[in-house]
Amino acid sequence: MGKEMRIVLRNADKIDPNSIDDYIKAGGYRALEKARGMERKALIEEVKKANLRGRGGAGFNAGMKWSFVPPAEVTYVVCNLDEGEPGTYKDRTIVQKDPHTLLEGMAICAHAINSKKGFIYCRGEYPYVVEHLNRAIDQARKKGVLGDFDIEVRMGGGAYVCGEETALIESIEGHRGEPRFKPPFPGVAGLWNRPTVVNNVETFANLPEIINRGYEWFASIGAPSYPGTKVLTLSGDVVNRVAIEVPTNTTIREVIYDFGGGIRDGKKFKAVQIGGTSGGFIPESLLDTPIDFDSMRDIGATLGTGAVFVMDETRDIVDIVTRIAKFFEHESCGKCNPCREGTFRNFKIMTKINRGMAAAQDIENMTLLCKVMQKACLCGLGQAAPGPIVTTLQHFRHEYERKLLA
Amino acid sequence: MVTLTVNGRQIKAPRGSTILEACRLNGIEIPTLCYDPDLRLAGSCRMCLVEAKGRPLFLASCVAPAEDGMVIETESPDIVEARRIVLELLAARHDFSCQTCEKNGDCKFQDYCYRYGVKDSRFTDGGRHVYPIDDPNPFIERDYNKCIMCTRCVRACEEITVARAINVKDRGHNAKIATAFDGHLADSPCVFCGQCIMVCPVGALTSKVSAGKGRAYEVDRVLTTCTYCGTGCTLELNVKDNQVVGVTSNRSEEYSPVNKGALCVKGRFGWDFINSPDRLTTPLIKENGEFREASWDEALDLVAARLQAIKESSGPDSMAVFTSARMTNEENYLAQKFARAVLGTNNVDHCARL
Amino acid sequence: MTNSIEELEKDAKCIFVIGSNTTENHPVIGMKIKKNVLYRGAKLIVADPRRIDLAEMADVYMAHLPGTDVALINGMMNVIINEGLVDKEFIDNCTEGYEAMAEVVAKYTPEYVEKITTVPAEDIRKAARIYAESEAAVICYAMGVTQHSTGTDNVKSICNLAMLTGNIGRPGTGVDPLRGQNNVQGSCDMGGLPVTYPGYQAVTNEAVRAKFEAAWGVPLPPNNGLTLTETINKAHEGQIKALVVIGENPMMSDPDLHHVEEALEKLDFLVVQDIFLTETARYADVVLPGVTFAEKDGTFTNTERRVQRVRKAIDPIDGAKPDWQIICELATRMGYPMHYNSPEEIFEEMKALTPSYAGMSYARLEGRGLQWPCPSADHPGTPFLHKDGKFTRGKGLFSAIEFKEPRELPDEEYPLILTTGRNLYHYHTGTMTRRSVALDKHVPEAELEINPHLAAKMGIRDGEKVRLSTRRGSVEIKAKITDILAENVVFTTFHFHEAAVNWLTNADSLDPVAKIPEYKVCAARIDKI
Ligand SMILES: Cc1cc2nc3c(=O)[nH]c(=O)nc-3n(C[C@H](O)[C@H](O)[C@H](O)COP(=O)(O)O)c2cc1C
Ligand code: SF4
Ligand code: SF4
Ligand code: SF4
Ligand code: FES
Repeated sequence: MGKEMRIVLRNADKIDPNSIDDYIKAGGYRALEKARGMERKALIEEVKKANLRGRGGAGFNAGMKWSFVPPAEVTYVVCNLDEGEPGTYKDRTIVQKDPHTLLEGMAICAHAINSKKGFIYCRGEYPYVVEHLNRAIDQARKKGVLGDFDIEVRMGGGAYVCGEETALIESIEGHRGEPRFKPPFPGVAGLWNRPTVVNNVETFANLPEIINRGYEWFASIGAPSYPGTKVLTLSGDVVNRVAIEVPTNTTIREVIYDFGGGIRDGKKFKAVQIGGTSGGFIPESLLDTPIDFDSMRDIGATLGTGAVFVMDETRDIVDIVTRIAKFFEHESCGKCNPCREGTFRNFKIMTKINRGMAAAQDIENMTLLCKVMQKACLCGLGQAAPGPIVTTLQHFRHEYERKLLA
Repeated sequence: MVTLTVNGRQIKAPRGSTILEACRLNGIEIPTLCYDPDLRLAGSCRMCLVEAKGRPLFLASCVAPAEDGMVIETESPDIVEARRIVLELLAARHDFSCQTCEKNGDCKFQDYCYRYGVKDSRFTDGGRHVYPIDDPNPFIERDYNKCIMCTRCVRACEEITVARAINVKDRGHNAKIATAFDGHLADSPCVFCGQCIMVCPVGALTSKVSAGKGRAYEVDRVLTTCTYCGTGCTLELNVKDNQVVGVTSNRSEEYSPVNKGALCVKGRFGWDFINSPDRLTTPLIKENGEFREASWDEALDLVAARLQAIKESSGPDSMAVFTSARMTNEENYLAQKFARAVLGTNNVDHCARL
Repeated sequence: MTNSIEELEKDAKCIFVIGSNTTENHPVIGMKIKKNVLYRGAKLIVADPRRIDLAEMADVYMAHLPGTDVALINGMMNVIINEGLVDKEFIDNCTEGYEAMAEVVAKYTPEYVEKITTVPAEDIRKAARIYAESEAAVICYAMGVTQHSTGTDNVKSICNLAMLTGNIGRPGTGVDPLRGQNNVQGSCDMGGLPVTYPGYQAVTNEAVRAKFEAAWGVPLPPNNGLTLTETINKAHEGQIKALVVIGENPMMSDPDLHHVEEALEKLDFLVVQDIFLTETARYADVVLPGVTFAEKDGTFTNTERRVQRVRKAIDPIDGAKPDWQIICELATRMGYPMHYNSPEEIFEEMKALTPSYAGMSYARLEGRGLQWPCPSADHPGTPFLHKDGKFTRGKGLFSAIEFKEPRELPDEEYPLILTTGRNLYHYHTGTMTRRSVALDKHVPEAELEINPHLAAKMGIRDGEKVRLSTRRGSVEIKAKITDILAENVVFTTFHFHEAAVNWLTNADSLDPVAKIPEYKVCAARIDKI
């Protein structure tokens, strides 16, 4: 039986999120004080050794990312709260239930990279979260806990791609939300060309406990290559559509059956898509895979943001993938060729298949297109967009073939 | 310097070069569409992809730094396949009409389709935008049915001319190049410099003034200096059958030191006066208040005789020469020499002050 | 220009543009200025009666009344002196005449200058500080500065300002007149002036004259000749009897065309050499067809003194001859044999007599050309003049200059100030651009810019034809209502023969030194038709 373990959600439903005093009473802002007593180098080393890997999807070691920031007069800390993945609401949950753990995490990072200014880039659909955050920031300012570090909340542009860190930076700068090519990475030249650390909400929210309890504690939780916990949001045909926080060695089966309570209405399981819209589809046979980043990657799936979308036996895979293809066609920013044209063509072909108008050649063309897109697109959106098509062609090919023209 | 292996060959390049620069420096050609050495990098067309050993993704060589020890393939089967797909995707949105296209023979897209054998696209199932070709300005034909979205025009407008008349409008497959309200250029900050034509790699932006008059491979390009303002921009007169049929520009600093290819509307589009039917083609002599045609000999003899007579009767200082700020140095030299040595007067001036 | 165009884009930290609508009249230079300001952080100061394109991005924009440039610049210098922003070292080491200048400038406080120019005193202060405090500041000016009865004073004032702050002789500094026509610089360099031989060698200098007499093999006149405007006046008086006009169009470009017309009609003999039957050619006794720049070889010298090649692209059209050949044939027929096989031969003769061009040759001009002075075959040319504050005359001389009002001021009958200029799409008298189909289609007719308040008062609607008159005449012209100029100022261009504004301009008010007519200010009125 899998068990929850709460690090980022440790205060959830236990304290009043609108009260900084509550947070402080629960031990809040002590980690920041401790971090500020540390040498920057040592602090970065601590986070690196904790092996805290980015919770926004790419899974990059946060300490490592910070260590790339060169000494500079002006640096920025940016929190990615764009949360554009349909079906994902973990970042919102963390912030709503415990905003100060995020602020404290950002301030710790600010100390590590010697930054005076932070931005929280908040999804446009979350105006109430902006208010909520501003209230928390105001309290923190008044209490003086942030010191000379200040945080500003920016409202997102509403496009999915704005969650990509360089597009997000463009957007904060007031430009079209289009990704930049990398390198240079934001750590070297980000916001207004200054060194900038971009991390996900959940990544920051882990920091206070890591500093409080030490890296060894953290590194020993869950899967060794991706230690700690992960917040997952369950949706689709599962009994409990909830947010949970579990150690990263929890298996998919445990997530669906122990925490999710199994499939709704006594139906049978067909597939689960993890990690958001671009996540791979996972069949019954792979359900015993642990959810950590590398194990997921090894089965051609992703952990991504931790969205868990469960599908029962009645679901039409081709239809679902067609809708996903439409999503990407709509969300492509249009900057790079393979993504702009490729997402469009994928949608066209998927529609054709879904309507029973396609031939085997169409699947072949799409397969080739997907293969190229995964390696050729400029940003993660285009690279990941083919994921659902590729994995469903792998595990559910018969559902496609059933729809082909005779 | 960094050393890398490209297609099995060791090459060296200055530290800080991109892979593309390193390769070009060593004579290895990589196809590019959005890359323009004078403009901010975009890294968006993905034509210049290469494979680097140990990297899971292809690298866009125009933006990827060349690092020591890299092992790179620029024409591996996977890369060729990727380029072909990129071209096919573009071909699916492109209105191939090479037979009437101004850029036929001078078109990067055509060149690469040729090079990679892309005849048809696998991805033509509907969905091609059809844009009206209806900008009424007299200078620039805008045919976005041929646009491959490289954004070089946008960058040239922003970075060379600093007019910022055009930008990418809308997103994804609907993205297109447009003025602020997707209207006509004349209603935008456009100054019709034609820098966008200069950088456009395909036939999406072309000169209306030159339309139908000759393709790149039919014309000789004669480097010369513009005849309008005093900036002294270098331009190329395009000549076909002893007629000027257009103006292009040379972007190399070596040949175009003042303007590096940038021109203004007069330089780029104001050349057809050369062929104007109003040109004088014979000397004219006025008789009884009317001009009549005359031979050169008759006209020159008459002028010489009259000037000689006035010189003798009223003295050299009763005569004057207006030379011209539009003539060459050599001609100005001769004009003042003519006034001083032949007429014998210092009454020579030009409209420098007007 | 004392400095190079490139420096406007790369080196200047402050650019002061006065009397130059750069983005329209020198568009490629305008692009470079904009680039520097927008992308490299240079400061921009603009002084112009019209809120031109560059004004929109300026740090300070000063809409001074036409003809008040000297006051404006004295005002800036007043601030610079009073606030201790002068470059004392430069003044001490490289200039003279500072005290006399400072004495005059003392009374031009910003408040006093505000009354003359209508520019708010605070803006004058701000502009002065920006200019003086920049590491490298350059002044660009054009006809807006020179075409005044006080044009020479205006230019001297500009030089004062540059010297006062040591902004001379370094990259990104300098005084840069932007020459309006492709080869004005060359025409002047080549001695197309009544007082100098090629290379600005005075015709009154014995030794120089002896050199040219030896080279040309004839005795040469020792006295200064007449300027263009003086020539017209003398023709009017009957003293000039014959005029050879090569590629000029005084019947469009000169002020007060009635006066020019009468002068041309009084001539005994007028010969015009041109590519079109211009307004002037119509008055000629003989017209000789020349060729365009596409049909001949040669060189042009641009505004930064860069000599560049002109290359023959096509053969002369049937019946026309290159102008150099026409001159040769005429000279030969007049008993002075002139034979050259090519323009290059002419260049070789010229350079032997012209020290600043002596080091050039067609071979060396391939590619990037050369900026004069280039005195010897191994000299690399000169991108900027007055290096380390060294002036031709030794030290830079400050001039003490009082503001003088323009000659013709508005009065009850003619209550407006008419000022003239060019626009982006046409060039000079329009002979070429009006015959370039696209340009003429895009901007087919002249427009008179009128402030909306004035228009409202007079009940004039946008696009309506109005009558524009001065003491010398009137034209009908289309009104364009725009708030880029003040209520008492109107503006139009001189490109259009249909509404040739030089029928109206003033030939009497010349700058006493340069003899430049005051195109930029005359009293005018408009009436509804
Ligand atoms: C199309 C696209 C959308 C993304 N959206 C988000 C997002 O909504 N939130 C997020 O934290 N990261 C998102 N990312 C990942 C970010 O680019 C970046 O990797 C992340 O913010 C880094 O933080 P981390 O290292 O803490 O995960 C997205 C990436 C792509 C390619
Ligand atoms: S742009 Fe190129 S490929 Fe397209 S029609 Fe013209 S020549 Fe052909
Ligand atoms: S003509 Fe010049 S100003 Fe107009 S869109 Fe093209 S680059 Fe921009
Ligand atoms: S119009 Fe030409 S330059 Fe502009 S984006 Fe399209 S193809 Fe590129
Ligand atoms: S040329 Fe490199 S991405 Fe376009």
